[in-house]
Amino acid sequence: MSKRINPLVLIAGAVVGAAAVLLTALGNPANMGFCIACFVRDIAGATKLHTAAPVQYFRPEIVGLVLGSTVMALVSKEFKARAGSSPATRFVIGAFVMIGALVFLGCPLRMVIRMGGGDLNAFVGLAGFFLGILIGVFFLKKGFTLKRTYEVTKTEGFALPAVLALLFVIFLAAPSFFAFSESGPGSKYAPAALSLLVAMVVGALAQKSRLCMVGGMRDAVMFRDFNLLSGFGAIFAVVLLGNVVLSKFTGFSTLSQPISHSSELWNLLGMTLVGWGSVLLGGCPLRQLILAGEGNGDSAVTVLGMLVGAAFAHNFKLAGSADSVADGVYKVGGVAASGKIAVFIGFAVLLAISLLNSALLKKEAK
Amino acid sequence: MIDARGQSCPIPVVMVQEAVKKGNSPAELQVKVDAMVCVENITRYAASQGYAVTVDEADGEYTLTLKK
Repeated sequence: MSKRINPLVLIAGAVVGAAAVLLTALGNPANMGFCIACFVRDIAGATKLHTAAPVQYFRPEIVGLVLGSTVMALVSKEFKARAGSSPATRFVIGAFVMIGALVFLGCPLRMVIRMGGGDLNAFVGLAGFFLGILIGVFFLKKGFTLKRTYEVTKTEGFALPAVLALLFVIFLAAPSFFAFSESGPGSKYAPAALSLLVAMVVGALAQKSRLCMVGGMRDAVMFRDFNLLSGFGAIFAVVLLGNVVLSKFTGFSTLSQPISHSSELWNLLGMTLVGWGSVLLGGCPLRQLILAGEGNGDSAVTVLGMLVGAAFAHNFKLAGSADSVADGVYKVGGVAASGKIAVFIGFAVLLAISLLNSALLKKEAK
Repeated sequence: MIDARGQSCPIPVVMVQEAVKKGNSPAELQVKVDAMVCVENITRYAASQGYAVTVDEADGEYTLTLKK
């Protein structure tokens, strides 16, 4: 089996883990060195698509991941502008993946980082993520496809990398155009140039190694292929080790975890939505950024769906709120009624998309 | 010839898996894909099923020949 594991996946996983620990030490929020959902949400806040004051910052990490992938894809001649695989459907799935992630408070990558930080709530999220992947795999086995992409003009492939690069230049040149959190997770960030650089290295490695959080479990279940899962394991191991070395590790617990809630049912269901949606998309939120960097227009549309999903999550109070301590009393956070309803709407939408794009209903129609 | 061009991960591998199961591990299979990641994924799966794989590239498209 070891022959079937690409060492580059292990290296990429280890570098992502180390980058997450490093960026946290340099100012990023706790257990949030890297989080695609959180950072896309912060960008939605910085560009005033939502007005939740604690989560507004134009995160250079998102720009760096996409551009790192673009550079690596260009160098290795893998950059290919392609699109046309059900973009509107992908937009909708991307939005619900984001809502599920913000109910849990993290994308699959942050889930692993939280696990390495000793947050037991993230292990509940992992169970939900696995359940969602099993549902997605069921439909893949029933012939689910969003149909093929086609080669398109180069401009389509460069659209998202170029827009992000332009926004980042404006952010550096005229930061006052953007919203900045004064407190909360959005107010905590590592130096921008360093965040960009570290993320570009991670983006390049993720492009080359095909690192994907959902791909690991999916391939293990479907093909007994543990290649991508090894990257998942490497991230966990390095983050855990990094936290121990920096004396940040205080054992495993569900309580008082950074930017995390202990409403376990919603940790579970939020990540079920993420796992299922990510399997339908063909990759986790990180992978969507990397594919968008390689010129995949459908993944670029998915990222835009995630951005809009993040704005909706905060405009309509769908996102989870973290556990907190007020006047010495521990208050369990969690999800408002609107968020719970959104998760169930998400399940209904994914079920409809899964059924209508697989062979299940077609067989019955015969 | 299985045409898996333009399909998202892991659908090309699912298509090969289906063909292997339906044909009761046929001695030879051909698959067409248009991304290196699919070449890698199918090669890993084929190796696990005891196939040797050869790859021909033309105009950014890859034809994989799986042989037992």
